[in-house]
Amino acid sequence: MFKNVYNWIDERLDITPIWRDVADHEVPEHVNPAHHFSAFVYCFGGLTFFITVIQILSGMFLTMYYVPDIINAYASVEYLQTKVAFGQIVRGMHHWGASLVIVMMFLHTMRVFFTGSYKAPREMNWVVGMLIFFVMLGLGLTGYLLPWDNKAYFATKVTLEIANSVPVMGPVLKELMQGGTIVGAETLTRFFALHVFFLPAVLLILLVGHFIMIRRQGISGPL
Amino acid sequence: MAHKDDSKEKVVFVGDSRVRRGNGFITPPDYSAYPGKSEAFIPNFLLKEWMVGVVVLVGILVLTISEPAPLGFPANATATVIPIPDWYFLFLYQYLKLPYASGDYIVLGTLGVTGVAFGSLLLAPFLDTGRERRFYRRPIASSLMFLSLAAIVYLTNTAWTEYKHEMAETGQIPEDVQREEKAAENRAAGLPTTTVVQTKDIAIVDKDDPAMALYKQASCVSCHAVDMKGTGGPPSLRGVGDKHDKAAILTIIKEGKGQMPPMYETAMGAGLSEQDIDDLAGWLAKQKSEQ
Repeated sequence: MFKNVYNWIDERLDITPIWRDVADHEVPEHVNPAHHFSAFVYCFGGLTFFITVIQILSGMFLTMYYVPDIINAYASVEYLQTKVAFGQIVRGMHHWGASLVIVMMFLHTMRVFFTGSYKAPREMNWVVGMLIFFVMLGLGLTGYLLPWDNKAYFATKVTLEIANSVPVMGPVLKELMQGGTIVGAETLTRFFALHVFFLPAVLLILLVGHFIMIRRQGISGPL
Repeated sequence: MAHKDDSKEKVVFVGDSRVRRGNGFITPPDYSAYPGKSEAFIPNFLLKEWMVGVVVLVGILVLTISEPAPLGFPANATATVIPIPDWYFLFLYQYLKLPYASGDYIVLGTLGVTGVAFGSLLLAPFLDTGRERRFYRRPIASSLMFLSLAAIVYLTNTAWTEYKHEMAETGQIPEDVQREEKAAENRAAGLPTTTVVQTKDIAIVDKDDPAMALYKQASCVSCHAVDMKGTGGPPSLRGVGDKHDKAAILTIIKEGKGQMPPMYETAMGAGLSEQDIDDLAGWLAKQKSEQ
């Protein structure tokens, strides 16, 4: 049955080469913890992606309840946290996942750095990886404001003051993010839009680039 | 097309399908070139990776259940809260407080060192171009990274210690803890546990009463506003009758309260008679939220 469906689609779209490119490859011994336990350091990239998937899924469920305006934002988060069945779990996963993804990404970056895996011909993949890192930090920064409690509000105020202190670009950048002269309603909707639409879109594009490159170039050889 | 007509076999898999032969592309060595046992990604290796993934997932869930995500009190611009960013920004936050990265040297802080550090991280492959990969054979790159890591650990720790210290000094408790405690108390007392600010719009009672004109004439309006909703500090007078009766309101007008100065003489100066002020107090006492 499954095979027939696959063949039916394959006859029309020739998906076998795509499938091969995506999935049909071998994992060399030197990155396989089953053979060398120390190779667990090669897991961090995959775990970063795994937690990213958790973040996307939990985030999708959070937006079912979250209301991005200053009157209701806090109330909706509190409702989600205290009243909705499993709301506390979903929000908790998103909250802790946000920290863990930074940890995993940091460990992954360190592994790539200290094994010198960013060297030719993989320079571009390192650059894309660093861009992913910056986007992730941006997601953390924008997501921090969304519960609209005092901690979020005052941290964002400080962040925007820091942005403001950058010469020339600073004030423009601050006003762009803040959407006005104070941290208020417009700031919240802008951070929400950035957190939920702009940055994830950029993140997904970069991830696709990251994965295509690793498939094209393969994982770096043993040291 | 990938298929040959004369072949019944659809999948012709030889070696590593990832790499297309072409000019100029630097072909990475085939895995068969590496010593040892390689393993198919799907399903063998992915299954093992999934096992690691499950362990991580359980870890997140344990963390989630034992430590609910914190939530403080609703944002209020007048609250006194020590600002603290998320933990992975602490090192930057602390760094920007250093004397040579703040104040007059803020440009050095935001663009100079930070820009150079993150810029060189972004462009590491173009700065460290040697062929050597082992970190102990790349002393400059490795030692710079170790130095940065040490700085990050030091700055993060300092930031957190200072924050804790400041909290203890000002006697503040993190708001998420306060909220939890308050919610627990309210729950025990059978009260609503929400900390959402409830704003009910209270109507002005007897808006056409001559006392409304007196209210404006007596300059109450300059602090308590035309719509009687107050101006931040000075409270709303809508529903003031719930809190004070006529006598109490007269006392407040005569003696002031908190930040409010005695207003009796001012009102007299604005042309109100004693009877007017009495009427005004009587009218204010009628301002109850529920009719």
